[in-house]
Amino acid sequence: MKRFIGFVKKEFYHIFRDKRSLFILFGMPIAQILLFGFAITNEINNVEIAILDQSKEVTTQEIIHKISASKYFNINQLIEKESDIERIFKKGKVKAVLNFEKNFSKNLITKKNAKIQVITDATDPNTANTISNYINAILQNYLKEETTSSLKAYKIEPKTRMVYNPELKSVYMFVPGVMTIILMLVSAMMTSISITKEKEIGTMEILLVSPLKPNQVIVGKVFPYIFLSIINAIVIIVLSIFIFKMPVYGSFFLLAIESVLFIITALALGILISTISATQQTAMMISLMGLMLPVILLSGFIFPITSMPLPLQVISNIIPAKWFIIIIKAVMLKGVGLQFVWKETLILIGMAVLFIGVSVKKYKIRLE
Amino acid sequence: MMNNTKVIQVEGLTKLFGDFVAVNKISFEVEKGEIFGFLGANGAGKTTAIKMLIGISKPNEGKALVAGFDVFTQAEEIKNNIGYMSQKFALYDDLTVKENITFFGGIYGLSKKIIKEKTTSLIEDLELQKVTNSLVGSLPLGWKQKLSFSVALIHNPKIVFLDEPTGGVDPITRRQFWELIYKAASKGTTVFVTTHYMDEAEYCDRVSIMVNGKIEALNTPKKLKEHFNVENMNDVFLKLARG
Repeated sequence: MKRFIGFVKKEFYHIFRDKRSLFILFGMPIAQILLFGFAITNEINNVEIAILDQSKEVTTQEIIHKISASKYFNINQLIEKESDIERIFKKGKVKAVLNFEKNFSKNLITKKNAKIQVITDATDPNTANTISNYINAILQNYLKEETTSSLKAYKIEPKTRMVYNPELKSVYMFVPGVMTIILMLVSAMMTSISITKEKEIGTMEILLVSPLKPNQVIVGKVFPYIFLSIINAIVIIVLSIFIFKMPVYGSFFLLAIESVLFIITALALGILISTISATQQTAMMISLMGLMLPVILLSGFIFPITSMPLPLQVISNIIPAKWFIIIIKAVMLKGVGLQFVWKETLILIGMAVLFIGVSVKKYKIRLE
Repeated sequence: MMNNTKVIQVEGLTKLFGDFVAVNKISFEVEKGEIFGFLGANGAGKTTAIKMLIGISKPNEGKALVAGFDVFTQAEEIKNNIGYMSQKFALYDDLTVKENITFFGGIYGLSKKIIKEKTTSLIEDLELQKVTNSLVGSLPLGWKQKLSFSVALIHNPKIVFLDEPTGGVDPITRRQFWELIYKAASKGTTVFVTTHYMDEAEYCDRVSIMVNGKIEALNTPKKLKEHFNVENMNDVFLKLARG
């Protein structure tokens, strides 16, 4: 036990004296969560639009007013002729143009059909889509509120309700993802680098010649990172609760247990990587290419798994991050208990056991 | 029965990597307090042989007792009784001199009190008082090597294995390093050392020369020179290595 404490103390010296690892450990999580929370977002706010109003009537003015009053749009300018539309898009600032046809009110009353052309800049298709949906919604709203009942045609109006994230805040989606990335990065990459570092500078040999058992060496190396990963998980959750008002409906205890389980899985992966790489450089490359990319692309964090081609859907199953994201989303946003995520939990446990088993075996072979 | 004055006894020790015979039935004995030079060209099998003796590589055949313990079955006991310094410099650059000593004393299970005493005497012996709290990375290579050697001896091992300890250091430091080796040997520690420098081979009590996994010669430097009828160890080595 005394040996173990000495070992862990040494490990902390390594971590706290290396500016790079300090940055990855503590700067990254905070930077990432703030970045994803504030800057990278699927919502639209203050989108610049232009108006081409060929009617200039009370109705069109009312609609324009309604649009500019929303927080989503800013009216950048009013244009006079259709030929201006392209010019204005080319400047790049305006993302959408609303083109009201001539005799808008008249058409609305007599033909019960007035036209507004919504032209969006689809160089960014997602944003364009969102903009057109938002404008549509505002127009529907206006029709409902402002027109007299005589004008209302019979129609079926779908009332959608988004559950678990009613405001469709993207931060709800990013927090679980970022937490997964950070835990993966800290646990797998940092441990694999720190173990290969000992190999590279030759101290691993000295440690193996000492009375320390190989398992003690590995546990000693890994322990500080379990500790730091847990701190990181707490920082991320606290930030997301207090800065982004992210709710945690489920039990904190379950969240903590699942996080520790994921941390152990990632650490086991880190040990596995260190057994197959001889230098820190290799360990880092394998961690980044082999772990980070799949976590970002195939875990369902950014791109929905259900819309992937079948082979990728199958591959996504072997990525621990996928299961962890499902679990923490369910616990944080749906407030479910273990009875709803036991399957995913079991899969993670299975993976952890497998990785630990393989790395113990590989590690022994190296010693022979 | 094991003879008390013999701290290493090796008989027919063999290591195979697939079809390749890295170490081919080597046999030798090392006396207590002896400085035993273990020479050979690169790739002759020296490092593989050492790894078997210090218990981190299992031999395929043969017998070997180190400090009285069997390398096949008692690797853990061996580890408590030997010190090891590899050709790569092996202290932690980002720890101070004192922290390094404390750490390595700790993993050998020394008590706090003993570590403290050891630290003081070691720092005095090596005249490192001024840099006790400096990071090891900031020290010149020669100082690091000497510190590394002293750390390998911190738990008073019966045998210390040195794998090319003086690689890349200047002649003056090499000289000082050998003074440390003599001092350790005079206190009864057996020194098992591999080296590339043939002038260093002259400092050893006995040397063995390995060629292609086999020990081709084993005797005192003086007798080897007589036997091959040459002036210095360099020529002995060249004659053997060229076949």
